Amino acid sequence: MSKFLKLALSGAIMVGFGSPVMAEKLGLGRAALPEEIAAWNKDVRPDGTGLPVGSGNVADGEEIFADKCAACHGDFAEGVGNWPKLAGGFDTLNRQDPVKTVGSYWPHLSTTFDYIDRSMPFGDAQSLTTDEVYAIVAYILFSNDLVEDDFVLSNENLAGFEMPNRDGFFVDNRDDTEYAQFSQPACMENCKEDVKITMHATVLDVTPGDPSDGTGAPPGAAGEGGKAAPETAAKVTAETPAPTPETAAADPELVAAGEKVFKKCAACHKVGEGAQNSIGPALNGIIDHPAGALEGFNYSTAMTAAGAGGLVWDAASLDQYLIKPRDLVKGTKMTFAGLKDEGDRAAVIAYLSTFAK
Amino acid sequence: MPDRTTTDGPTINTTRRGFLAASTALVASATAARAATPDPLITEVQEWASGLGDGVDATPYGLPIRFESDVIRRNVSWLTADTISSINFTPIHALDGTITPAGCAFERHHSGAIELSKEDYRLMINGLVDQPLVFTYADLERFPRVTRTYFLECAANTGMEWAGAQLNGAQFTHGMVHNMEYTGVTLRTLLNEAGIKPEAKWLFVEGADASSNGRSLPLDKALDDCMIAFKANGEALRKEHGYPVRLIVPGWEGNLWIKWLRRIEVTDEPVESREETSKYTDTMENGTSRKWTWVMDAKSVVTAPSPQMPITHGHGPLVITGLAWSGRGPVAKVDVSLDGGKNWHEARLAAPGQPMALTRFYFDHDWQGEEMLLQSRVTDSTGYVQPTKTQLRAVRGLNSVYHNNCIQTWWVKPNGEAENVEVS
Repeated sequence: MSKFLKLALSGAIMVGFGSPVMAEKLGLGRAALPEEIAAWNKDVRPDGTGLPVGSGNVADGEEIFADKCAACHGDFAEGVGNWPKLAGGFDTLNRQDPVKTVGSYWPHLSTTFDYIDRSMPFGDAQSLTTDEVYAIVAYILFSNDLVEDDFVLSNENLAGFEMPNRDGFFVDNRDDTEYAQFSQPACMENCKEDVKITMHATVLDVTPGDPSDGTGAPPGAAGEGGKAAPETAAKVTAETPAPTPETAAADPELVAAGEKVFKKCAACHKVGEGAQNSIGPALNGIIDHPAGALEGFNYSTAMTAAGAGGLVWDAASLDQYLIKPRDLVKGTKMTFAGLKDEGDRAAVIAYLSTFAK
Repeated sequence: MPDRTTTDGPTINTTRRGFLAASTALVASATAARAATPDPLITEVQEWASGLGDGVDATPYGLPIRFESDVIRRNVSWLTADTISSINFTPIHALDGTITPAGCAFERHHSGAIELSKEDYRLMINGLVDQPLVFTYADLERFPRVTRTYFLECAANTGMEWAGAQLNGAQFTHGMVHNMEYTGVTLRTLLNEAGIKPEAKWLFVEGADASSNGRSLPLDKALDDCMIAFKANGEALRKEHGYPVRLIVPGWEGNLWIKWLRRIEVTDEPVESREETSKYTDTMENGTSRKWTWVMDAKSVVTAPSPQMPITHGHGPLVITGLAWSGRGPVAKVDVSLDGGKNWHEARLAAPGQPMALTRFYFDHDWQGEEMLLQSRVTDSTGYVQPTKTQLRAVRGLNSVYHNNCIQTWWVKPNGEAENVEVS
């Protein structure tokens, strides 16, 4: 047998049926440039590998957090509604419904930096500077009572910071604890003496009905992490008529562009059929609607006052607001930085105008 | 189901209202079977037998016929804070066979389903390699290709049932699973192109969406059977499943199957990212937590009858059917119990089990209106037998969320209605 044939055969046996035989490199793709690797290779490991140079303190972190994180995570990182709690929950891990926060559960501080740096804020990821990320992480530690208010976090001290639950994890041991006892021959006859129903799902009654029945959040239901569903979750009222699009007035291209821009808003604001208040108010019929006046939404005092003072959302006022929301309504809960591009603002306003009440 | 031949619109039997309609139909069809008068659907010329249907240009890409419009993915709205970082459920109660149609295969996103075109797609391999590389989509299509069928199950599937029976429907209790035939390139082939350095032990795999979901994957697993896929069930991946390219990690939890895969970093240590520390770890009774619980253990469920699929046809022949799978190999056998696990009967497999793919089972039963506590129990090729919830809780306590592969019980009542229950 020729050397080539032997190689090919052993390759075929090794990789199994249906797989291509490993061969020489095919010369596909191109070399990644250092700038490209630097742009994407941002993950940070527990030992600090990958941390960028920088620092941030608790005070700055508190301000940034209030601005960019608190809408979902609460001013004190306590979590709003069903959004993640980042602080507290100590000594709950061995109880029913453990409260898993950065402070009580996360084993490595590097994970917090890595996640915020690459994935937060929700809907505006990778918009934070390195120092802002350090400051936010410092504030989260502070909100967990793990550091004092003068604490400064940097690439120098992050990897060495010991998290409370650092020893709380062990590698999957199902092999030892489960596989042997769950691999006994299966019993086929008279496997138990008595069978009784011990629990009914209908007692809780948390199963969604058909789509037109709405989506009431049942009290007492256990969601991911065993946490109870919020009792205050919005209820769709079947009587609410579906919004009728008023597309006649708006330029379709502008509306289409606006739909894309709106993705920046969609994390907090819902529009369209069945839209409900979420982090922000639902925006059906927002054009020519008084500010801060949608029933059932808990506005900031500033926004309610602005509406009472006569602010109405027309194209002009919305345009002004969207440049930098906190400039027009100081104290608004909307933590969105704003849309610098005039075209983006016009587009998103055109898009919103297609949603009637 | 109500008699569909006389029903124009879609019918949904998930509510009490829907069930009532179904119960009425049960009586009707039972008598219809003995009807003395001729059936007008046969004796009268029907519109469809006389007029014309749609032309071939009517539907360039088809959706299911309108009578099936209730067979859709559904969301449990109270489960997550928002639909963008959330999950929905495959309507497994209404499907048969093993392949999940992409249009109703469950979705799980962390920052929403993004639109990423083939032209804008790039895949980078960096880290402990001889040559860091960037591939375009077109490059990937030139590598030797494989086609393989695997299930994908979210680690949280059935997670809401840990503390007790909660959701009334196989779609909601077991619908975070789908099974597709994938076409793509093995990671072994791709990594060979970059050349792995000897000290490499792990990969860090990352998506292109805003969540930049990243997970650490042992190199051994990657080289064993992982692949990237650009086709599922013969067509391009759907947007919600990671178009144009996703990662396939056979038998392991769905969170590892990175969608919109943009980067594979070869490393010597795991990253310990958010998704592998704060999530997808299993907290035991004493408060410590298992990590790296990647494998999905053997699991099965009766999909019909079930709460969304009550028996509506009266006494006599009844097809009991369901799905079984294992992340550790092929399904060897499935047993069905009608009495809550006292006695078991071996079910018929639609086809021999395939490794890490869904297996369909059937159990043909002569139902005489008796109450049933319906269960299924899979045994996989390693000899592992699907445990009861009591057995799992004895090891893990009540605080776990993920990896609940316990035996499911449906209480089927004399009227054919079924309910999710727990039994002693």
